[in-house]
Amino acid sequence: MGDFTSRAPAALNDPTLRANFRRAMDGLMSKRAAQFADKDAWESLRAQGAAAKARVVARLPELLEQLEANLTQNGIVVHWAETTAQANAIVLDILQKAGAKTVIKGKSMVSEEMELNHHLEAHGIRAVESDLGEYIIQLAGEAPSHIVMPCIHKNKAEIASLFEKNIAGLGYTEDVDALTAAARAALRGQFASADAGISGVNFAVAETGTLVLVENEGNGRLSTTLPPLHIAVMGIEKLAEKLDDLPALLSLLPRSATGQAITTYVNMISRPRQPGEKDGPKAVHVVLLDSGRSRVYADAQLQDTLRCIRCGACMNHCPVYSRVGGHTYKFVYPGPIGKILTPQLEGLDCAGDQPHASTLCNACVEVCPVKIPIADILVRLRAESVNSTGSGAVKGAGSMRKRLESLVWKGWAAMYGVPMLYRLGSWGLTRLGNWLPDSLPMLKRWTSVRTRPRFAAKTLHELARDKGYDHE
Amino acid sequence: MPSSGRPDTVYYFGTCLVDLFYPEAGLAGMELLKRAGIRVVFPADQSCCGQPARNSGYFDEARAVALRQIKAFPQPWPIVVPSGSCAGMMKTHYPDLFEGRPEHEEAKAFASRVFELTDFLVNVVNIRLTDKGQPLTVTWHGSCHSMREMGVVDQPKALLRQLANVTLVENGREKECCGFGGTFAVRQPEISAAMVADKVTALEDTKAARVISGDCGCLMNITGAMGKKGSPMGGQHIAQFLLERVDG
Repeated sequence: MGDFTSRAPAALNDPTLRANFRRAMDGLMSKRAAQFADKDAWESLRAQGAAAKARVVARLPELLEQLEANLTQNGIVVHWAETTAQANAIVLDILQKAGAKTVIKGKSMVSEEMELNHHLEAHGIRAVESDLGEYIIQLAGEAPSHIVMPCIHKNKAEIASLFEKNIAGLGYTEDVDALTAAARAALRGQFASADAGISGVNFAVAETGTLVLVENEGNGRLSTTLPPLHIAVMGIEKLAEKLDDLPALLSLLPRSATGQAITTYVNMISRPRQPGEKDGPKAVHVVLLDSGRSRVYADAQLQDTLRCIRCGACMNHCPVYSRVGGHTYKFVYPGPIGKILTPQLEGLDCAGDQPHASTLCNACVEVCPVKIPIADILVRLRAESVNSTGSGAVKGAGSMRKRLESLVWKGWAAMYGVPMLYRLGSWGLTRLGNWLPDSLPMLKRWTSVRTRPRFAAKTLHELARDKGYDHE
Repeated sequence: MPSSGRPDTVYYFGTCLVDLFYPEAGLAGMELLKRAGIRVVFPADQSCCGQPARNSGYFDEARAVALRQIKAFPQPWPIVVPSGSCAGMMKTHYPDLFEGRPEHEEAKAFASRVFELTDFLVNVVNIRLTDKGQPLTVTWHGSCHSMREMGVVDQPKALLRQLANVTLVENGREKECCGFGGTFAVRQPEISAAMVADKVTALEDTKAARVISGDCGCLMNITGAMGKKGSPMGGQHIAQFLLERVDG
């Protein structure tokens, strides 16, 4: 599997994949830009969204208690899971107690973190993804390549072949309506017969104990209302403090994600079916997953990571993501948010390469609707990964420290931090630097696609003095 | 600082890349300021802003170098930098680097004096350029840090548009990173290569003779890739280009 750097060439050398991502990301960027054409309106909305999520992060423990109390009062059963294994066990237990054998699923990245489908499958429970993108990659046996559009790496022809193989009676067709209709027909029966529905949560409102779920296909509403049992899984950071925070957040999320002013469906789930009501699940459960998030919360700078509303704008605008695609990241969350979240959840010892896969171009920072300082956190994680104390805020701190590299930086600091040494060093480089052998590894990597930069004959220091500039 | 008027004297921070590889570009920026009637002081003890160490996560080393720069610019004069990236490091990250340390106030005061060159020429100097060159078509590459850390987007284009015989054409990927990213170019060579290849294509598509930029890091990457593929297009730092045009 290797690290990020060694996985990248496979994607980079796949012209179809490159074209699929480039086309899709270009489209998403221009649709988003159209939604936020008024810069002042964008800045004001974004300030509201950032403030709303900053309040959540600042008061997370007490808001979680408030949420639990209000959900419970509404008749929704609350479960806490410290690890994904615990979360899987909780979900399985609920399903087994209800005698459920089939599950219809709405889209949920936390369930991907848990690898819930595999866990349920291993215990004889079949979970069918109902989001069209998730349905497609489930047929293909793949993981999502994007947190909002899980099958964005596939083009129409690839999906047509997949459907031809997997949906009985459907021939090869690239007609989008025909493909959608085929998936719809295949899923309808599943919705009607599933013993339980599982969904994610976009915002859980602490003030009212309401679960908010946005979607475009109606599959989320069907999954959470048709089966007799609904289980929602969510990370402990996906909160809103008050209902009043929702207008800004619900406006920012779809505009940032898909360039839509609003999603087709906005579901607000506040309780199970009450006596006399004709529909809705008889029981609703929420599983709140920590899985490393409370450690993120414990650091004053890193906790900004937890503001994320999972819109995916950062990856849509990332020049690295758009070239290597989501699978190169290997972990559940790709792109810039993945590069800061994954090392914190999984540890720098196994994902410490991710923060380095960035030019720090700040394109993600510019579009983040809740103002997560992604570039600063990337740099902070790089620092954590080479931390000399070996203990830091993040699991695996110091695990990427290499003796030679740290010596090189010590030498660098000496050369650039002591004027006498810099004069000597820069004089030497301008006189002798061009004689350095082409075979130096750094130089070879540079010159693989570029000409070799040439040192000037004289430094600017020397030229400035020669030209009579004050050189105090 | 003099939002009310132009200062008599400025400091010039040349940057390490300019010092070693593009001193003529650095000198051109100083010459433009001098011709505008401003005394330019080039402190001998300057070296590098410290960004390479900071971006690699070596904060102690970055601080040591940053502090040396702060000490080298003691007077309250503006500090003009012919690079949006180095200016961004000093303006936005020096205060962060020294947060909670005794040097924090000093770092903040230093940061508040930092200007990117084209921004300074447009908004402080209010420079007026007379183009004496032959007709030429150019395109602009704004560096990520100049755009997103220094807010420098329109200033360099305003300068280019003052040149009567120069036609500025926009390129399709102007806001996209060229793939340099300092050590990124050698840490992630394949991704960087893909990015710069796309950048060069977008620039070549404009049919411009030259790409002009305010950052020598991007230029080293972009012109290096152009040279390797034998592109007829060239690149130049904006200070050098402006000076060349006014000299005719």
